[in-house]
Amino acid sequence: MTVSGAKGNGEAGEERPDDGTPLLVVRDLVVHHGQLRALDAISLRVFPGEVYAIIGANGAGKSTLLRTIAGLHHPTTGSVRFDGKDVTALRPERRATQGIVLVPEGRRLFGSLSVQENLQVGATYARPGPWTIDRVYETFDWMRERRGQLTAQLSGGEQQTVAIGRALVANPRMLLLDELSLGLAPVVVQRIYGMLAQILASGLTVLLVEQDVSQALRVASHIHCLLEGRTTLEGRPADVTADQVEAAYFGLAGAAPADQPGEGSEP
Amino acid sequence: MAWVNAIIQGVLIGGLYALFACGLSLMFGVMKVVNLAHGDLAVVAGYVAIGVIAVIHIPVLLSFVIVVPLMALVGYALQRTILQGALDRSVLTTLLVTFGLSVVIENGLLQFFTANSRGIGAGLALESDSFSLGSQIQIGYLPVVIFAVAVVVLLGLQYFLSRSKYGRLIRAVADDKEAAQLAGADYRHVFGIAAGIAFGTVALAGIAYGMYSQLDPTAGTDTILLFAFAAVVIGGLGSLWGTLLGGVILGVAQEIGAQINISDEVLAGFIVFLVVLAVRPQGLISRGAQS
Repeated sequence: MTVSGAKGNGEAGEERPDDGTPLLVVRDLVVHHGQLRALDAISLRVFPGEVYAIIGANGAGKSTLLRTIAGLHHPTTGSVRFDGKDVTALRPERRATQGIVLVPEGRRLFGSLSVQENLQVGATYARPGPWTIDRVYETFDWMRERRGQLTAQLSGGEQQTVAIGRALVANPRMLLLDELSLGLAPVVVQRIYGMLAQILASGLTVLLVEQDVSQALRVASHIHCLLEGRTTLEGRPADVTADQVEAAYFGLAGAAPADQPGEGSEP
Repeated sequence: MAWVNAIIQGVLIGGLYALFACGLSLMFGVMKVVNLAHGDLAVVAGYVAIGVIAVIHIPVLLSFVIVVPLMALVGYALQRTILQGALDRSVLTTLLVTFGLSVVIENGLLQFFTANSRGIGAGLALESDSFSLGSQIQIGYLPVVIFAVAVVVLLGLQYFLSRSKYGRLIRAVADDKEAAQLAGADYRHVFGIAAGIAFGTVALAGIAYGMYSQLDPTAGTDTILLFAFAAVVIGGLGSLWGTLLGGVILGVAQEIGAQINISDEVLAGFIVFLVVLAVRPQGLISRGAQS
């Protein structure tokens, strides 16, 4: 299953809310893009209220993992269970209505729709819950004034916020965030991550993908490092050292920590 | 005066061409399906109207109450089955599939209805009556009614697309169907609804054509599809009001051509079509300019 981290951080794992039931359980996920094995036996469990961060270099398979959980890729083998139910065969739209909502990489707003219409589409098949279009406007106060504008007229950070708003109005139980910081200025990234606290306060669980490791370590309650489609490290930010993260991120065999029966299998 | 007359008649017939074109434009704008069976389906709707009128004896003008919803259902069903199946393979596959559909429909119609042409509602006063404008201009009631219907259809479509929940979903799916799925929308269903609406306009086009002219099994590709393409290209792909503008320009060009020489009617329309393709291939009202 998981290569090194799962064993190495066994003690750390005990401190996670293991007594509760995990909201999301991914087991032995293998995903192919054509001939390429993009994900190789990935397993993870995300508990309610967590911020679970998946880190890794370009091409590590982070986005593929998130998209597979959202239903946009079909795994070759393995399963995705959400709230105790197997959702592996469900289409993306059915997963969304069950409460798994992805904010895709590159924002993917509806370009010919206004800000308000983007939010309305997000709310069309919403589950009952605390988030409404009005609440989004209250949370991000600039948005109400500009609700009639096309999203192409917004800055990158504003577009990202609308994309998050569009996901929130669906009242997800689990929010999947794919590379929020991509193409945004650091100060904007800080502001967007600053909103995460508010989002979490409404009872969501967050699974995010981030290339910026320091950002991920700051916000996450649990990190999971991928390298070439395999798990190289897993644990709480407090329990992993910078060296371990570096080794897991870049795949530096020499710098790897001592708990590696699996590290040998890394190419 | 003859020229003014030609222009007025051309504008009015443009309404019919806009009816031909708006369904084609909608299908392409939303699903990227170029429906080569578009014209044949309009002819089918015309024949269905003839059948409905003969069997249940409703007034000719009310036949659309039955035929339009019927064709809308056919559109939804066709989209959810063979058109979606083709789309899942590639957009080009839809060309082959709708071409095949066109051949099947045309030959089916020849088989069952023979090559004889038929009109809808022969003997109806509306068909032949006209009013005079000055001494030389005679305007038929039917072209005026068809033009009005086209404007109402376009207004209705615009209102539906911009204001209603499903209209919004149709635009969202046309922008990015994957992102729409992530918002919980089943894009196949939304495609089906868009196809249903397009087929509803196709039904109106077929009935209007049957009243204005004569239906025969080959009219679908020979006339309706070609004129629809020309109107869409002249007006601009994906623009609803562009189809009316395109239809009107096509109609005026044809009437002016006919004024010069009666055998140049169709040729004049396609010359304008070619000129627009060469000079402004995105059409007179391009989608970007509209938004």
